[in-house]
Amino acid sequence: MSPSSPALHLAVALDGTGWHPASWREAVARPREVFTAGYWADLVAEAERGLLDFVTFEDGLGLQSSHFLDLDGRTDQVRGRLDAVLVAARIAPLTRHIGLVPTTVVTHTEPFHISKAIATLDYVSTGRAGLRVQITARPNEAAHFGRRAIARIDRYESPVVTDLFEEAADYVEVVRRLWDSWEDDAEIRDVATGRFIDRDKLHYIDFQGRHFSVKGPSITPRPPQGQPVVTALAHQSVPYRLVARQADIGYVTPHDAGQARATVAEIRAEQEAAGRAGESLHIFGDLVVFLDDDPAAAAARRERLDTLAGEPYTSDARVFTGTPAQLADLLEELRAAGLTGFRLRPAVLGHDLPAITRGLVPELQRRGVFRRAYEAGTLRGLLGLARPANRYAAATA
Amino acid sequence: MSKPLKQIHLAAHFPGVNNTTVWSDPKAGSHIEFSSFAHFARTAERAKFDFLFLAEGLRLREQGGTIYDLDVVGRPDTFTVLAALAAVTEHLGLTGTINSTFNEPYEVARQFASLDHLSGGRSAWNVVTSWDAFTGENFRRGGFLPQQERYSRAKEFLATANELFDSWQVDEIVADPASGTFLREAKAGAFVHTGQHFDIHGQFNVPRSPQGRPVIFQAGDSEEGREFAASDADAIFSRYATLQEGQAFYTDVKNRLAKYGRGHDQLKILPAATFVLGDTDAEAEELAKQVRRQQVSGATAIKHLEFVWNRDLSAYDPDGPLPDIDPDVGEHHIARGRAQVRMYRDPLATARAWRELAAANNWSIRDLVINTGNRQNFVGSPETIARTLNDFVQADASDGFILVPHITPGGLDAFADTVVPLLQEQGVFRTEYEGPTLRDHLGLAHPDDSGSARVAS
Repeated sequence: MSPSSPALHLAVALDGTGWHPASWREAVARPREVFTAGYWADLVAEAERGLLDFVTFEDGLGLQSSHFLDLDGRTDQVRGRLDAVLVAARIAPLTRHIGLVPTTVVTHTEPFHISKAIATLDYVSTGRAGLRVQITARPNEAAHFGRRAIARIDRYESPVVTDLFEEAADYVEVVRRLWDSWEDDAEIRDVATGRFIDRDKLHYIDFQGRHFSVKGPSITPRPPQGQPVVTALAHQSVPYRLVARQADIGYVTPHDAGQARATVAEIRAEQEAAGRAGESLHIFGDLVVFLDDDPAAAAARRERLDTLAGEPYTSDARVFTGTPAQLADLLEELRAAGLTGFRLRPAVLGHDLPAITRGLVPELQRRGVFRRAYEAGTLRGLLGLARPANRYAAATA
Repeated sequence: MSKPLKQIHLAAHFPGVNNTTVWSDPKAGSHIEFSSFAHFARTAERAKFDFLFLAEGLRLREQGGTIYDLDVVGRPDTFTVLAALAAVTEHLGLTGTINSTFNEPYEVARQFASLDHLSGGRSAWNVVTSWDAFTGENFRRGGFLPQQERYSRAKEFLATANELFDSWQVDEIVADPASGTFLREAKAGAFVHTGQHFDIHGQFNVPRSPQGRPVIFQAGDSEEGREFAASDADAIFSRYATLQEGQAFYTDVKNRLAKYGRGHDQLKILPAATFVLGDTDAEAEELAKQVRRQQVSGATAIKHLEFVWNRDLSAYDPDGPLPDIDPDVGEHHIARGRAQVRMYRDPLATARAWRELAAANNWSIRDLVINTGNRQNFVGSPETIARTLNDFVQADASDGFILVPHITPGGLDAFADTVVPLLQEQGVFRTEYEGPTLRDHLGLAHPDDSGSARVAS
């Protein structure tokens, strides 16, 4: 590759013991430790050893389920999880370079709380915080909060889902305005006048939306990155629009280069329509990976896990089974179709995460498409995203 | 005295958005950067303190229609800082104030149970309520909770959270790869709560945490607050750090425990306390005077008077006499987002008393505020402070103290190095932690040991 080739960005999605539902039964899985800090610290340390851009932490406001909308009552898979923002914060002081991107379910949580939580994650990680926004249409999760009824949907392409995504866009708008509600130099500590802050550099956000309104300003000063990195997973036009309007990274799930090209084109068109054509917006491909040095071993492992699970594993994302070199080929092909990075979902964290960091990463480095050392101290820096100007400072300048 | 010596409990409150926090001192550092919190927590742990305490903010204070700018303004998110501090400490309890008005029980229970897992059993929750529409303007719920519903919502909020904490059995996670059984039963976490404020059901998704439930704190001094503490809390964050007031409060609250079937030691009374240390008592007294003047600038004194007068007093000279006009006794509109305002329940009487005090002592406005509002609780040499703290605890004025230094983040360092060793020598403060959890430090029962918390739902 020529030195001018854009770098390929790599993230890993952490969830339980891995993305295959039988992953917890593998000898490397540590299923009894999933609710301890040490377990997550080890995983993130491994990802950081591989120089990955960031990790995401999955989350949800109900038990995991193999059904789209309802609980499944199963006892043979990992159930239960810790709050993702707190897991990320717990790991932040133990790491130095890698980005930390927890999932937040925006349908039932307060944008004011999430804004200050992610701003604070940015402080405790000194500039490595991100956020993955997610909606939920699950009736059982709404019942945990009891303050809004969400009409039962029969398919993903429902006006109810469209509405939840519009609310999510408002939510991100509020979170972003709150991050900007303090100008960077608002704290003045002017002993002569006794003023701690310059109150003219704090701003009410005065957001009025269809679903909620928020006054502001934040109680937490503008975080180190100015704007932590906002990300979202998107499968359809409606969430593509959310990505195009509000995100810094969209995760998409193409199964081949053709689909990748079409998805990227649609999101780029939406991005232009949203007036953000000039802004950096990463589009990452999500892939589930079974990685072994011998392709037959990877296939056999997948088969063994499927047998344990009692059914073949399926996913919204393409499921890759093979060697690090084969995966590197695929990633380069998808990158040529317009993707700027990848979020890999290890089928078995204890096995496939080290296979990524110790197999795939060196392979990508050999090809000259992945970093050999961390080149920046912040997540925005790693992703090649500029630190944004403050919208309120610009308005008054 | 044949009575055995009581052991003192000590905690540290990271100073925040009050004028007691001296930000103008050259030694004052950041109150936002994590390095400040880490320094503070490590000092508290080095001194074997029971826990660190963080307050919460949900809206910036305003006075006279603009954001208040004379004190430290802004703070990080409580939960997030506590989770990060769990990584840089091993024993220290992690206590956070979390509001029960602008949160939902499922979410808060998840966060505290997660914090308890991530800290190995060191989480505690100071349950507070808010009722003003001013704060509500930042939240979906918005609006405003009638004052008479404050404690009823808080009590039901806590009861609901406890149902969620108790919804997983201790041995729910089997995780046996051979048989393929991860959960002992499919109904793990099942709950149903139907009440006046919450009507929710489903399955909680965080397994039983190391402490079973976080330690529960209550702060607030009304009749309802005292009852809430006696019935539901493990500790009270009180504001009585004088001997007589402390003893009266201590006796009153501890006497309320019996009617809830609780023992004398099941509720710890821990007042917030400020201190100034010097090499000698005289040096400390001099230092304390300087600190008070740093805490109360002329502008701060005028703003403080406005809490009582409920009028714009910016035209008054802080070095001159108190206003001769009377307070506006209508609805308070000058200061918003501030709890102190409610301490002055009868503004006319307060103004009268202050004028008399000022006249008798020849005090200016600033002198009055310095002398009525911000006296440090403990001032002296390490020996004096150690002796006084111990006297308070042995005399049942409290079970210990939550210390609030006036400097961030180094304000605890000298206390840790000089006072704590003296208390340890006297045999009234631990030299090693009793166990891994905050319940161990505070001598509180573990809910899973008694079986009392194992209520079938």
